[in-house]
Amino acid sequence: MNKKHFKELMGFILLKICISIIGLILIIILYDIISKGAGKISWEFLTSMPRKGMTEGGILPAIVGTVMVTAITAILSVPLGMGCAIYLNEYAKDNKITRLIRMSIRNLSGVPSIVYGLFGVVLFVQLMHIGTCILAAGLTLGLMTLPWTITASEEALKNVPNSYRDGALALGASKWQAIRTNVLPYAIPGMLTGTILGLARAAGETAPILFTGAAFYLPFLPKSLFTQFMALPYHLYIMSTQHHAIAKVRPIAYGTALVLIVLVFTMNLSAIILRYQLRKRRLE
Amino acid sequence: MKRHFDEDLKKLNTDILKMATLAEEAIFKSIEALKNRDKELAQSVIQEDKSVDELELTVEEIAIDLLALKQPLARDLRFITTGMKINAELERIADLAVNIAQRVLELSDKPILKPLIDIPKLTDVARKMVKDVIDAFVNSDETLARKVILSDSEADNLRNLIQEELINDYMSKDASTATRAVPLLLIARHLERICDHATNIAEDVIYMVQAKVVKHHPEKLKNNK
Amino acid sequence: MDVKIKSENLNFYYNEVQALKDISMDILPNKVVGIIGPSGCGKSTFLRSINRMNDVIFGAKSEGKLLIDGKNIYDPDVDVVQIRRRVGMVFQKSNPFPKTIFDNVAYGLRVNGIKDKEYVIQKVEKSLKDAALWNEVKDRFSKSAFDLSGGQQQRLCIARALAVEPEVLLMDEPASALDPTATLKIEELIQELKKKYTIIIVTHNMQQAARISDYTAFFMMGELVEYDITSKIFTKPSKKITEDYITGRFG
Repeated sequence: MNKKHFKELMGFILLKICISIIGLILIIILYDIISKGAGKISWEFLTSMPRKGMTEGGILPAIVGTVMVTAITAILSVPLGMGCAIYLNEYAKDNKITRLIRMSIRNLSGVPSIVYGLFGVVLFVQLMHIGTCILAAGLTLGLMTLPWTITASEEALKNVPNSYRDGALALGASKWQAIRTNVLPYAIPGMLTGTILGLARAAGETAPILFTGAAFYLPFLPKSLFTQFMALPYHLYIMSTQHHAIAKVRPIAYGTALVLIVLVFTMNLSAIILRYQLRKRRLE
Repeated sequence: MKRHFDEDLKKLNTDILKMATLAEEAIFKSIEALKNRDKELAQSVIQEDKSVDELELTVEEIAIDLLALKQPLARDLRFITTGMKINAELERIADLAVNIAQRVLELSDKPILKPLIDIPKLTDVARKMVKDVIDAFVNSDETLARKVILSDSEADNLRNLIQEELINDYMSKDASTATRAVPLLLIARHLERICDHATNIAEDVIYMVQAKVVKHHPEKLKNNK
Repeated sequence: MDVKIKSENLNFYYNEVQALKDISMDILPNKVVGIIGPSGCGKSTFLRSINRMNDVIFGAKSEGKLLIDGKNIYDPDVDVVQIRRRVGMVFQKSNPFPKTIFDNVAYGLRVNGIKDKEYVIQKVEKSLKDAALWNEVKDRFSKSAFDLSGGQQQRLCIARALAVEPEVLLMDEPASALDPTATLKIEELIQELKKKYTIIIVTHNMQQAARISDYTAFFMMGELVEYDITSKIFTKPSKKITEDYITGRFG
């Protein structure tokens, strides 16, 4: 075997090793969680309130709390994010200011989530007097997801060929008409996919909701947006580190982790399926 | 597939046929002028040649434009280039008719030398050759074109006959007949030249047709329609 | 005869670079004008000035006048959208929208506010017939436009442009991506279309301009070098550069 072949072979082997490592890590994590948490999963676990200081009972309030806070995140970040992306990609001129704005958005997606949490406390909880509640937590998570949504939406818009825009304009469409009828329909699948992925990430975040509304033990469902709430990731955190009987509640913690992972995987999967379906429908 | 270009080719074809008609008419009129000693008819042939010349230029320009602008190929190309050659030959045929008319004018004031027998015969041969060769062009009829080429020997024979008769029976016996014999001799020559030009046209037609025939219908080379 | 389109000292700049220099030419109605010239000579820029598609490019600036039926389309009170209805465009690379064949042709009508379904169906049929595509698609309206061949897609784009009943048709190298048979079909179509429309076509293929245009304009480096009847340009051009270009002695 000559030198070129050898190098090529080594390259392939290296790549395969990388893939294997990643696959392996995923398998180990999943195995750990599934094996230790599956036993705890039951209808009762999923639908009943926690009892006796979280040492018994279910995690229903946490599931509901996570769903509600994610919903608020979506309501904030989806329209705002898509709108921002549409403006930046379709209307904004390419000058120093827009480049600065774009750079800032990219940077914001790299800001640590705990910083968002603290920012949320200052802005929503204190300055706007909302207090610690679902709304404040949702808004904070929304802010955190925003850069992600904007970037994904912008990418989706960029992927729509310019010839569609030009073609529409040449037929006498106004700029907004062209965007609405000939760009957005083809960008939406990509936008939604990116957004859902961002929401899935938000559902699993702990730090932003830490000080803005999450509570550990509320054995009842939240009655309004202005109350505190339980959430799956926060629940998991407390159960694993702060609980007075860590060893005893470990199974519950694993059960929570499993539910959280299933939730996130389901959201990701639905995003992929949605994109596939929309793409298929477009081409028919 | 119907092509707009076909309209252009049709127009060129029509113009060439017009040239042919004018040339045939000129031959006919010039010999009628001779038979009837009609000075006015002879004059009209000479004057009408102007329109033949103009038409020749028009046809040439149309053909060149078609070559420049339409990039014709294969049979379209052969048609246009052959058409240009035929155009030139027809113009020369018309010029020869003018020459005949000029001889008629020379003879019109002099008494008749002899009854016209062979010259009308030669005229008929010439007119038939021109008519046939144009038909051959229009119908891409290679067989007819070949027939025209063969007729040329008959034309040559007739001219020789006329020449011999005029020289032996008239000019060598009585030198004073020369002023009337020579124009007749020249008319015979002009007619024979017309036949030569018709033969040229026939050869061009065979080229135009044969290239097509050889490619698609090899059996027609052997087949005599 | 009234001039349909008149360009008066039209200058065009992309940021600081001047792409068109003092272009003045008259285009008569129901004629085909072919624009030829080497790459980058400004032919497409000029074409796009006629329906103001250059407006969408940042940093684009034009000076001078472009009159359609006597009215300068660069006047401040002119509605660009209206101009683009009257002046249709077919692009170099055919760009059918990812919709059905029917929806593609109907797009222009709908976007201009026409809701009457019967009317839309009639217009779609007429446009497809005018674009010589009707027979090939009449039983598959609801198929995707991408199912068509390259030549068919380009004719679809032509039908789409015709549906809004423009007066002028701008074509930017409409056959450059097509095989010879499809190209010939498009060229025959253009000869038919000029009976109803004024057509301006940019082409880098001189022979194409020679075949189908009534007038030919030769552009070079942003300038209009020569503009005359096609047969004159290709048999006895007035300028030596024109002759050199046409005979392939440069460019």
